[in-house]
Amino acid sequence: MKRVYEIDANGIYYRDLNKKIRDLVAQGVKKFILRNVNGQRYILDGIRENIEMDIYGVPGQDLGAFMDGPTIRVFGDGQDAIANTMGNGKIVIHGIAGDVCGYGMRGGKLFIKEDAGYRIGIHMKEYKDRVPVIIVGGKVGDFFGEYMAGGVLIVLGMFTKKPSAPICGDYLGTGIHGGKIYVRGEVDSYNCGKECGIKKVDPKKDNVLIKILREFCEEFKVSYEEVIKEDFTMVWPKTKRPYGNLYAY
Amino acid sequence: MVNRQKYNDPKDISNCGLCGFINKDKKLVSGEIIIKGIAIQHDRGNGLGGGFAAYGIYPEFKDYYALHLMCDNDLAMKNAEEFLNANLMIKHSEPIPTRKTKAIISAPKLKRFFVKPRGNSDDYDRVGVENGADDDYIVKIIMHINEKIVGAYIFSSGKNMGAFKGVGFPEDIAEFFRLDEYKGYIWTAHNRFPTNTPGWWGGAHPFTLLDWSIVHNGEISSYGINKRYLEMFGYKCTLLTDTEVVAYLLDLLIRKHKLPVKIACMALASPFWKNIDRMDDEERNAYTALRMVYGSALLNGPFAILFANNEGLVGMNDRVKLRPLVVGTYDNTVYMASEISSLIEMNPKIDNIWAPKAGEPVIVNFNKSEKTVIRGKK
Repeated sequence: MKRVYEIDANGIYYRDLNKKIRDLVAQGVKKFILRNVNGQRYILDGIRENIEMDIYGVPGQDLGAFMDGPTIRVFGDGQDAIANTMGNGKIVIHGIAGDVCGYGMRGGKLFIKEDAGYRIGIHMKEYKDRVPVIIVGGKVGDFFGEYMAGGVLIVLGMFTKKPSAPICGDYLGTGIHGGKIYVRGEVDSYNCGKECGIKKVDPKKDNVLIKILREFCEEFKVSYEEVIKEDFTMVWPKTKRPYGNLYAY
Repeated sequence: MVNRQKYNDPKDISNCGLCGFINKDKKLVSGEIIIKGIAIQHDRGNGLGGGFAAYGIYPEFKDYYALHLMCDNDLAMKNAEEFLNANLMIKHSEPIPTRKTKAIISAPKLKRFFVKPRGNSDDYDRVGVENGADDDYIVKIIMHINEKIVGAYIFSSGKNMGAFKGVGFPEDIAEFFRLDEYKGYIWTAHNRFPTNTPGWWGGAHPFTLLDWSIVHNGEISSYGINKRYLEMFGYKCTLLTDTEVVAYLLDLLIRKHKLPVKIACMALASPFWKNIDRMDDEERNAYTALRMVYGSALLNGPFAILFANNEGLVGMNDRVKLRPLVVGTYDNTVYMASEISSLIEMNPKIDNIWAPKAGEPVIVNFNKSEKTVIRGKK
């Protein structure tokens, strides 16, 4: 069995495509190159092997959901719910991404080069060494990091098609009770949830940021120096139990 | 009028896929493109509803209202035809052309009529509209048939446009209605996944009234309020699906109340009060007035909608973006869809793709120099 396998996905129904990939993974294929992908859902969902996949085109909903190990690089745009409840591995999107990416993510990395939609990284969580990370190089919509329980969310606002839009939408970090959100530049406290603490950080002095931003910049071949030129705003949870007293009356 | 025994379910929720495009130069485009765009979103629906709206398809009858009629049986067809004959000048009528297909079984009787009010004052008086108010007259005729004639529904009524819909996957509905043989400058399509209302022929999208057509992914939680509000203005919600109210609201706000499209959209998806409070005086007063006057027209619940008329195509999301919508452009065509894959399927060369902001309509009108349209103008 060859270790690298190329598939022309043009016109293949998602179930047939995914079955083929699963069979090949079981047979020991370590790297896939998928061409002409357009809208096929559920690619590499739940796969636990340390394989690599390059996707040319636009993969459909739930790319890498429940995935626990693989590295996916998408040379195109992504759709909704990428890295849904992902356990480990890495997903790299070279274009824009849709809504609800990284929902309930519990490990691994999701790098989106350009803009992403609404509800990115909601209810992300971490446990010991499993710390999920999402970096969005463009801008994001409302509810970024809503109900966040752990992990790291970073938004740069640099590679965007929406020059006049704010870097984050409304309800940023609403209900946050774990993890950290880093926004390159300023954040209007009006747009943040009332559970958020807000402070300025120098990226050059934050070890978490330095390491992960370097990896992002290498992945997309963009200038790290440019990224760290500006200060970041860190949004953090003021309390671990924002709703502890909600029903206690 | 609907046989409620047959489709007895009180809830009004659906969840689907959609796409559409507009050629801003009014260049006519074959139906094959939109069929591709919706077929790739096959799995957003479940075979219980598919439909299309097309503009520019009836140039030979462009000054006549094109009524598409579906009937449960021959008696309903007979009653509806008698009523149309008694109230309208019918220029031409014919069965809507269909193909025999494996996938579409038990279709209703389908016929189309190209009509005008006869123009005599007795007619206008009888139905209770102003003399010469042709659009109002046609609306009354539609409301009468849909409410009073058992088993008969007008599902399309605009000029030089038509809706085609039914129970089935959209690609099968397209084959059934031979949509590959039509050419239009705006197309929209819908793939239905009804979750709380019956999948029946009249309940498929698009919903239309006069030139307006709408396709919708989501659910209009405010359906009850909207429906009662519309009833005050004589609109009858008869098709058992929430989306129907959006078609009538657009007619009320834009045609009857003459609001600009953008303002009408702001009434349907108004900014939140907390954001209105932060606006400057002039803007705050305007939005406050709009929300006060049109509070009952506010659409609540998740939606992505595309609506069109003979002037353009509009795409819009609910205010917190609970359903997907993406827009792409290529040359003089603007494409909209639930998924990027659909945009690419409609035009692989598409070069600018983005997701619009929640609650802010993307309004695309035709370019002003409309040479192709003016040709043959009366």
